[in-house]
Amino acid sequence: MNAFVNITSLLKSAREFFPFHGGVHPPENKLQSTVLPIAQLPLPEKLILPLRQHVGNIPRLKVIVGDIVLKGQLLAEAEGMVSAAIHAPTSGVITAIEDAIIPHPSGLPDRCVTLLADGKDTWIAKTPIDWRNTERAELVKKLRMSGIVGLGGATFPTHIKLNAQGKSGVHTLVINAAECEPYITCDDKLMRERAAEIVKGISIAQHLLGAEQVLIGIEDNKPEASSAMRAAVAEGLFDNMQVKTVPTLYPSGDARRLVYLLMGFEIPSDKRSTDVGIQVFNVATVLALHRYFDYGEPSLSRIVSMTGDVAQPQNFEVLFGTPVGDLVKAAGGAKPNVNRYIMGGPMMGFDLPAFNREYTHVPLTKAANCIIAASPALFAEPPPAMPCIRCARCADVCPVSLQPQELYWFAKGKELEKAREYKLFDCIECGACSYVCPSNIPLVQYYRYGKSEIIALDRAKEAADIARERNDFKLERIEREKNERAERNAVKGLAAKEAALAKAKTAEITDAPVIAVDDKKAAITAAIERAKAIKAGQADAPKNVAEVSSSVAAEIKAIDARRQAAESKLVDTALTDSAIVSEAEKQAKIAAAIAKAKAAKEAKLAEQAANKLT
Amino acid sequence: MSRSPYLSAAPSVSVIMLKVALALLPAIAAYVYVYGPAILVSITLATVTALGVEAAMLKLRNRPVKPFLYDGSALVTAWLLALAIPPLAPWWLIVVGVAFSIVIAKQLYGGLGYNPFNPAMIGYAVLLISFPLLMSGWSAPLELAKVQLSFAEQLNYIFSGHLPTGVAIDAITSATPLDYLKTQLTLNHTAQAVMNAPIFGAFGGKGNELVTFAYLLGGLYLLQQNIITWHLPVAFLAAIALISGAFYMVDSSHYVSPLFHLLSGATMLAAFFIITDPVSGPTTPRGKLVFAAGIGLLTYLIRVLGGYPDGVAFAVIIFNICVPLIDTYTQPRVFGHAK
Repeated sequence: MNAFVNITSLLKSAREFFPFHGGVHPPENKLQSTVLPIAQLPLPEKLILPLRQHVGNIPRLKVIVGDIVLKGQLLAEAEGMVSAAIHAPTSGVITAIEDAIIPHPSGLPDRCVTLLADGKDTWIAKTPIDWRNTERAELVKKLRMSGIVGLGGATFPTHIKLNAQGKSGVHTLVINAAECEPYITCDDKLMRERAAEIVKGISIAQHLLGAEQVLIGIEDNKPEASSAMRAAVAEGLFDNMQVKTVPTLYPSGDARRLVYLLMGFEIPSDKRSTDVGIQVFNVATVLALHRYFDYGEPSLSRIVSMTGDVAQPQNFEVLFGTPVGDLVKAAGGAKPNVNRYIMGGPMMGFDLPAFNREYTHVPLTKAANCIIAASPALFAEPPPAMPCIRCARCADVCPVSLQPQELYWFAKGKELEKAREYKLFDCIECGACSYVCPSNIPLVQYYRYGKSEIIALDRAKEAADIARERNDFKLERIEREKNERAERNAVKGLAAKEAALAKAKTAEITDAPVIAVDDKKAAITAAIERAKAIKAGQADAPKNVAEVSSSVAAEIKAIDARRQAAESKLVDTALTDSAIVSEAEKQAKIAAAIAKAKAAKEAKLAEQAANKLT
Repeated sequence: MSRSPYLSAAPSVSVIMLKVALALLPAIAAYVYVYGPAILVSITLATVTALGVEAAMLKLRNRPVKPFLYDGSALVTAWLLALAIPPLAPWWLIVVGVAFSIVIAKQLYGGLGYNPFNPAMIGYAVLLISFPLLMSGWSAPLELAKVQLSFAEQLNYIFSGHLPTGVAIDAITSATPLDYLKTQLTLNHTAQAVMNAPIFGAFGGKGNELVTFAYLLGGLYLLQQNIITWHLPVAFLAAIALISGAFYMVDSSHYVSPLFHLLSGATMLAAFFIITDPVSGPTTPRGKLVFAAGIGLLTYLIRVLGGYPDGVAFAVIIFNICVPLIDTYTQPRVFGHAK
């Protein structure tokens, strides 16, 4: 048996890569924007900085209108666990803090800080960090202040990923340099031009994670980038750091697909890569780590591919908050037939929202890896959708081995439980299915709709359960109070006897208050425990939230917030209710009532489950 | 609202259907060569009927006529049915069959993409049950026919039922090889003796072999064009070969060789054009194997044990019913999930 395992692992390591199911290969269109080197975009007059450029909480503002700020100065600090800081990308004055248009598929405005540049670009004092000789916990704390988020497009705050250390040992650091989407070349150019710096960043990430090996995955359509990275790795004498080329096949840049390609290992659907000792970083993110730790520069800019129907497609180093108009101008301006701008690639990107048909003020954020000036000639309007003919081309190309034609059917027919059963939440919304659909069905949109419906339904169900429980509890209390009043009245009638019993009663009372206080405390703790248990029960929220699109993530967050509010209310009620009640007997009754309500609920659930089974 | 992906690399439904029609052209040419031009008449009748009733039904159902008429699916149904019934049958037979296929089996279920059964096979089954005599009146291959009708005489026969004076119906029709085989075997002739009859060629029916190879050619084109996947034809043909081979090995005096079963009747037509209808078939790779193998086995069993000389239509319809079941139990393992 052992010999067999050894042989298979040997065979596995001998193979260059492990192909995943499906995938598509759209025309790459990467050459256009790789002709010229990365250029620094001229300093914009005005920067519009959305406070939320990452997955997670909106950061807490540290400046007010009128403040004069320096380049690299903290404008807003991370709020809560999942959040990222925002810094001033240049020196200048804060002229507004207001809702403004942001690059988001919803087109809804969000809180933004407007910074009028003074043109001097004066740095705040930079403090590099001696990361080799600093406690890891301290480094992670520092990283929280860096504003660094995943620059591959997911914009997940990086300090959380590094926090994994200690919880479960990360053995492998995967550097995602696949850049599988057509048109996008920012990582490609970055590797060609700044490989040495990237490798320095990789070693920082490796140190922070304590990872034994590093695998750098690059699609084979970027030979220059691969050789530059190989040279940098060799020059830096890094053992256990390996550049691996993988075939050009979309979506190889999806983290789970890339890990499989490189290691032949499927990250279980219900786990994050960290749980299985693997962490994935984008090349641009590790470069930002290097700039932060070795130079003391927070995350202020990124490389953006400006491509499509512009005079000269090119990659630019762009300060966050730069209006997209500046970028278009730097690329020689848009061609006359351009009618929209797409942020991201043509497979997963979205139309930038237009304000009065004007795109120029939309700011570029940490997520902006590519802007495509698009015309009807570049991306033809899709013909009207036809019915699904069940050809299953979508299933052939699905990198998750889902059955997109069934999921479409379920989402369309609102058979949401079936959709969940067919693993709708494993869908990564890569768009490969729509890409090959002969009927031009907007499949991904159906899946997003299905997901949001399921999330909303779960939320409504939770709210209803809580409301029912509270109502049962209330009815029980009303009943109890009625009984008690009746009892009291009966006692009053016996006032004569009461006097006779006075002596005995005082003896009882001396003990009673102590017991009452103790019971009260116990009841309060129990109520809190219960609320916690409910909360823990709800922790198995839909999976894959880290991978879902930012719009879905935002929605999930909003739902979570509401759910938390509802829960805290429940705790409050439990506390106030128990505070009013003074007698131990009453507490017991309450507990009994709740237990009863719970039992009823559980019985009902069991019944429902049984019905479902039959 | 995100509209991504902005790219598309898919042939449209129309292109897919037209490629299927294109893949039928070699067989139609072979048909004309072997049986004369009458098939062109039935194909024309079938096409006109299909498009006419499809348009009328779309109108009645308040659906846009143009996109659905242009999707080409009605055309393919019409051609497949025309190729499945005797070309010299009276004109109204194909009209009735196609109308039933389109109106009942397709449009009343919701039109393109919603029909649970293969429309052409439903039309075929209805005709076979309702007009068994007409459906068995196959014209003889020209080289075997005692009298060769001119195109004008064929037309006249199709539309008025009149044969030229002095020509009997037997002179222009003959039993199909499968039909003949079945009848002769029931008369206690050995299979070897039966196969020596003039209507048999080197592998299957004389003349009909050519049409069969033309179907194979068209099928290979569809595979090459990625219109169909290998699963269905391979599993279907393998199932027929295996079961007929088993019967043949056990008792070769009552059962004919697998090659004959592969190259006669509707085997090749079914393998590449009938069971490959995506709408009424399964979608999972393993499901396709189960579906096609099941149809293959059932087709053979109907041929040798059932009451009809060929069994494709009934086998297809029966397995159409099983498609939801097959799909449910053959779901592939999702990435990151244990089986």
